Formats: sequence, C-alpha cells, structure tokens
Amino acid sequence: MPPPEPTPMVPGSRTAAPSPHQVIEGLKATDDPRALELLTPEGERVAHPEFDPYLSDIGPEELKGFYRDMVLVRRYDREGNALQRQGQLGIWVPLLGQEAAQIGAGRALTPKDMAFPSYREHGVAWCRGVDLKDLLGIFRCSDHSSWDYQEKRFTPYTIVIGNQVLNAAGYAMGQRFDGKVGNTDEAENEATMVFFGDGATSQGDVHEGFVWASVYDAPLVFFCQNNQWAISEPTERQSRLPLYNRARGYGFPGVRVDGNDVLACLAVSRWALEQCRAGNGPVLIEAFTYRMDAHTTTDDPTRYRLSDELETWKLKDPIERVRVHLARNGLADNEFFDSVQAESDALAEQIREHCFAMPQPGPERVFANVYHDPHPVLDAQRDEYLDYLAGFEEEGVH
Amino acid sequence: MAAPVISRAAEQSPSATQKLTIGKALNLGLRTAMENDPKVIVMGEDVGKLGGVFRITDGLQKDFGEHRVLDTPLAESGIIGTAVGLAIRGYRPVCEIQFDGFIFPGFDQIVSQVAKVHFRSEGRLRMPMVIRVPFGGGIGAVEHHSESPESYFAHTAGLRVVSCSNAVDAYWMLQQAIQCEDPVLFFEPKRYYHSGALRAEVDTAVTPAPLFSSQVLRTGNSATLVAYGPSVKVCLDAAAAADEDGTSLEVIDLRTLSPLDLGPVFESVRKTGRLIAVSEAPANSSLTSEIAMRVQQECFYSLEAPVLRVTGFDTPYPPTKLEEHFLPDLDRVLHAVDRALAW
Ligand SMILES: Cc1ncc(C[n+]2csc(CCOP(=O)(O)OP(=O)(O)O)c2C)c(N)n1
Ligand SMILES: [Mg+2]
Repeated sequence: MPPPEPTPMVPGSRTAAPSPHQVIEGLKATDDPRALELLTPEGERVAHPEFDPYLSDIGPEELKGFYRDMVLVRRYDREGNALQRQGQLGIWVPLLGQEAAQIGAGRALTPKDMAFPSYREHGVAWCRGVDLKDLLGIFRCSDHSSWDYQEKRFTPYTIVIGNQVLNAAGYAMGQRFDGKVGNTDEAENEATMVFFGDGATSQGDVHEGFVWASVYDAPLVFFCQNNQWAISEPTERQSRLPLYNRARGYGFPGVRVDGNDVLACLAVSRWALEQCRAGNGPVLIEAFTYRMDAHTTTDDPTRYRLSDELETWKLKDPIERVRVHLARNGLADNEFFDSVQAESDALAEQIREHCFAMPQPGPERVFANVYHDPHPVLDAQRDEYLDYLAGFEEEGVH
Repeated sequence: MAAPVISRAAEQSPSATQKLTIGKALNLGLRTAMENDPKVIVMGEDVGKLGGVFRITDGLQKDFGEHRVLDTPLAESGIIGTAVGLAIRGYRPVCEIQFDGFIFPGFDQIVSQVAKVHFRSEGRLRMPMVIRVPFGGGIGAVEHHSESPESYFAHTAGLRVVSCSNAVDAYWMLQQAIQCEDPVLFFEPKRYYHSGALRAEVDTAVTPAPLFSSQVLRTGNSATLVAYGPSVKVCLDAAAAADEDGTSLEVIDLRTLSPLDLGPVFESVRKTGRLIAVSEAPANSSLTSEIAMRVQQECFYSLEAPVLRVTGFDTPYPPTKLEEHFLPDLDRVLHAVDRALAW
C-alpha cells in the first residue's frame, strides 16, 4: 500500500493528520489480518501447504486427545473458579477460552524442552505432566507451588508481568551454549517456550528478552496469548500494530495464529520450535484468542467491556469446533464424548476433595526456603517466634 | 480536550463534613486536587475506565477525560519515566502503582531520575510527582500483592515518603503531597481502603496538619507505640485492649517516613521511657531500625527499656495462609509492651 499523500499545511486551516493506523498499512492491534487457521470455528479443516506437514502425525486419535485435553483443563478451570467462589481458594485466574492456545503450544513441546509460564497457563501445566492439584496451593495461598520444576521442565508461575521472559531468554542462551541446537541428531536438540500476555508486551523485560534472544540466537519461542485484554485495558493501549509485528524489528519471525484453533497452534508451535532447535534463533507467536471470563475472580469485566464481545467469541469457541469436526466426520461417537465428560467430572471431584483436604501450613513455613545455606539471623528469628507461639500453648494448658 | 469539570464534591455535600472510608477519601482528595489544578493528571494501569483495581480513581476519567486520567500501557518503568518528562513539562503527575510488589520495574526511574532530577539539574528542574502505592498485607492475596517496600524509598535521598492511616489524612495528605514541589511516595493501607470501621468524618474546610509531621493519636504514660500505615490501627487496638488491663499506651502515627518527624516520639519517650516500633516491613535495615537508632541517641537517659520492634520477619511475604504469623498483631504488640514494662 503506498504511503498516504502528505497533508498540505494551509495556514489557519489545519486538517487532521492521518492517524497512525492509516499510515501503517491500515492496521490496528485488534485487526485480524492473517491469523493462521487450520480448523475453522465451524469445524472445517483448511489445508495449508506450509503448515500441514507439521500435523502429518495427527490422526483422529490425536485429535480426540486434544479434545480431551481441552475439556479436562476447562473443567479444571471451572472447578477452580467454583472453589474460589466457595471460599476454598483465595483467588482464581481463569483460562476459559484459551484452551486451544495452551494445549496447542503445550503439546508441541517435547520432554526436553523448557517452558516458562506466566500465571494463567494451567493448560500448559497439564501438557507438561504437572499434577493439576499441585497448582492449587498458589491460589489457596498456602504455598507457592510444588511440582518438580526440573523434571517437568516447567518453572514456577510468575506473577510480576514480563519477568519470566528474560529468565527464559537466559535459559535458552544456556541451551545454545551447551550445544543443544543445530545438531544433526535431532534428538540432541532443545528449545524453550515462554508464555506471556498482550499486556506484558509493553514491559521492558519483554523487550529486553526479544533483544537478548535475538542477538544470542537463543532457541526461544515467545508465545504471546493475545486474549485482547490486560485486566481492563484493550490491546490498543499496548500497541498500534498487531503484536506479532514486533518481532520484525528485533530481527526474527513473528506469526499470528488463531489462538482458538488447537491444530494451528500446534503446527505453528512445532514449526517455531523446529526453527529454534535448528539454531535459527527465536520466533514470536501471537495466539489471537479471547479471555472469556474475568481477569481473575476479583475482577468485574462489566465495568469495561460489552457482553456482545463475549457472545461473538463464543461462536469461535476452541473446544466446540473440535467437537463438531470429530462428530461431523464420524471420527468420534457419543460414547467418546460421554466418556470425556465423565472423566472431567471425576477430575473435578478429585480436585475438590484435594482442595478440601489441604492442610494449613505450620508457622515454621514462613521461614523456610528463604536461603539455601543456614542463616543465623533468620534462624534465630524463627526460633524466637516459635517460642513465642509455644508460650500461648502453655498458657492454654494452665 | 478534557471534559468539563463537574464539582461532584461540592454538589454532593453542602456541608464541609462527609463520612468517608479511606478509599473514598483518597478519591475525593484526588478529585479536589484535579479540580484545583488543571496540571494534575492521574496515570497508571486500569485507573481510567475501571477506576483502578481498588476503585480509588473511580469516576475520574469520566469527569476529567482521557487526557487527565491515563490508562497507560502495562509498564511501571514507563509510567514513572514518562511522569518524569511530564513533570519537566509542567504537569503534576499522580502515578498509581497497582500493588506494592509491582513497583520494582519502576525502581530504576524512581531512584535514578525521580529522586535526582532536582539535584542533577542544580535545582532548576522540579519533580512535583506523587507515586501512590497501595501497600501491606492482610488481604489474603497471592505473591507480590502484600509487600511493604517503603524502606527502599526512605533510604533514597531526594524522595519524600509518607503514609496515611485514616480517612482524614487520606484526604488531606494526598492533596498536600500533590502540592509538594518534591516527589512524594504515598503509601496507602490497602487492607483498610473500604473498611467501614475506619470510616470517619472528613471536614474538607479545616486547615490540615502539615504533611511532614507525626501525630499523637492517643495519649498514655506507660509506653509509646509508634507506627504508620496499616499498623496504626493495630496499635490503637492494642492500646484500647491494654487500657482495659490498666496499662496506658501512647500511640503515635508517624505519617511521614522521610523526612522523619521524630519530635513527638522523643517527647513521648521522655515521658513513658519505653518505645515499641511497629511495622509490617521486615526489620532488617528498615524504618524501625532508623527510629530505634535515633531514639536511643536522643532519649538515652529517659529509656527504661531498649527500643523494641514488632515487625514482619526478614523473609519474603509468606503465602497468605500464613500471613497472620507474619503481620504484627495485637498479641505481638502487647507481648512487646509486657517485655518493655518488665525490663
Ligand atoms: C509488573 C506488574 N505490574 C502489574 C501487575 C498487575 N497485573 C496482573 S495481570 C495484569 C494484566 C496482564 O495482562 P496480560 O499481559 O494481557 O495477561 P493476561 O492477564 O490477559 O493473561 C496486571 C496489570 C503485575 N502482575 N505485574
Ligand atoms: Mg491479556
């Protein structure tokens, strides 16, 4: 598109300058110009010569597997929300609507790859083999988290927006320094994927992460779930242009994918990880999706967005399109759908029971794990406090 | 163009006195400051349409327009750094940091520019900026939402640091901070924002106490409690409980953390001979350390017991199922009082 004609300056009659959106290819952050889509909202599989090869091993069984993944994590998510409403959790951070983005990305990772989540990535946690029960402590506010980070290759949730992006860049630099990219034996290669939101793209840490990964050719996939909202702020508050464009300025590819299409998210993530493992450096994926629930259980979205928006996105539901595709093409019968439903109810029940049975941590936990090596000052503080508490118990006995 | 300003404050209440929570008092203070000075602008994450996650800026964007109440991109360094430029341009930015634990991406700008522009420009550039920080625990939140980082800022020359503990101070101190020609870190006791128990009559027509002054909130002669922000309520409750047992405690609300106004504390300690400093912040190298040091220096011969402290531990803020252990409470304060009295 040719640049617009310069606006002539007539003294005393200033015409409005073209808006930045008009100048830059007529795009806005919210426009959806070229999101890759392989499974339409109506459940039609769309052929794509470049990305179909990344799905060559995906048959009906695998697709049913993704359906199951998404139904289970959604059920988990709704249970978490309900547990918060019942006072069992302090807060819940819903993933509703982002199941395809997370399962697509999560299933593209291999056990050797590392993942750095933000705080909404329950679906990715599931794909990494984290027991979903182990996430509950964060939201019950009884512990910070409790899975085996190195074994699962999934770091603790990060709440400070953007922090984990630089950390992931460093980890990926290490993978490269350790010779884990570009090997002819592909089983030797590794990559890292970092998760963050549209709001996070404004943080310095994220921009610095782009720079570091870029200049060190770090095998890092930046997986941005653009769910359109950063609490109450729409994506236009963070960017004039669609977010995937940012990559170009830092010197690596950026792709926008339909974040509600699990196949597209899987294919693009596999492609991006392959680029990384081959030693070609980072890739930015913008998964264009929608936060169908509140930001967290403490948020009230009716204050800042219209319900029609949600209604429109319900038509693009990530799970429904897979269900329609499976059913319409005779790839799954009612028995399958019923069994997934039953499994999800059982999962919810387990999560509930676990949550109710979670013990109250003891006071010594306040002082635990602040340091690895002994710390005499803190140890004394702990002992003094525990003695003080013991004093109450003695009083109680009298 | 900003929307025309409607003085809701004036409309709502013909009399000068209103009963307000701390949150509503802050909102009214901001509104009044914006009405009085068109250069006052509010900026931060979600402060516009949403009115802030705590609703402290509720209704301001609607009444003053998007150019005076800015929903900024999500970056604290950006918020503070651009506020520096706006202040150089003649604005008086009031920045909101959403939660205490999220001030750190803006730390560089605060320490390197906000605190030093006046100094570095040989006094030619002023930095009349307020950085509002909802701080402290007790709200059952997840990580990074309950911290007390005030000592970092009190430690930094060039910054002024204050904290309000009640609705009257919330209303007045915020306006005074906005009028200050130096940058002010304004720490707000978030757990009491909407507390009905702390709702108080705010007289908007009186002359307020000076911003950088401490205040005796309750007189007593057995021992002195000094605190600021959310810990003031804990001390007042402790004093009320002690009173029933015949111990009379004096309670001082520090209000200003930098510069410290310890005159009233010295005077009190000369009377009571005992001081307990209370804060949620970890004790190590903190404001309570500074208070203890200065009191021993100024009141050495009056002290009947060492200065004691009741504070958060030298740990990160714990998962909030454990916060009752971390936070100074009535029992811990009274325990310290007993120790001081028994010395
Ligand atoms: C440094 C920092 N500032 C502010 C916050 C408060 N906060 C939590 S989530 C959020 C919005 C994040 O939006 P986005 O990056 O789009 O992620 P989403 O929540 O939509 O998944 C904000 C402002 C924070 N956690 N960290
Ligand atoms: Mg978002």
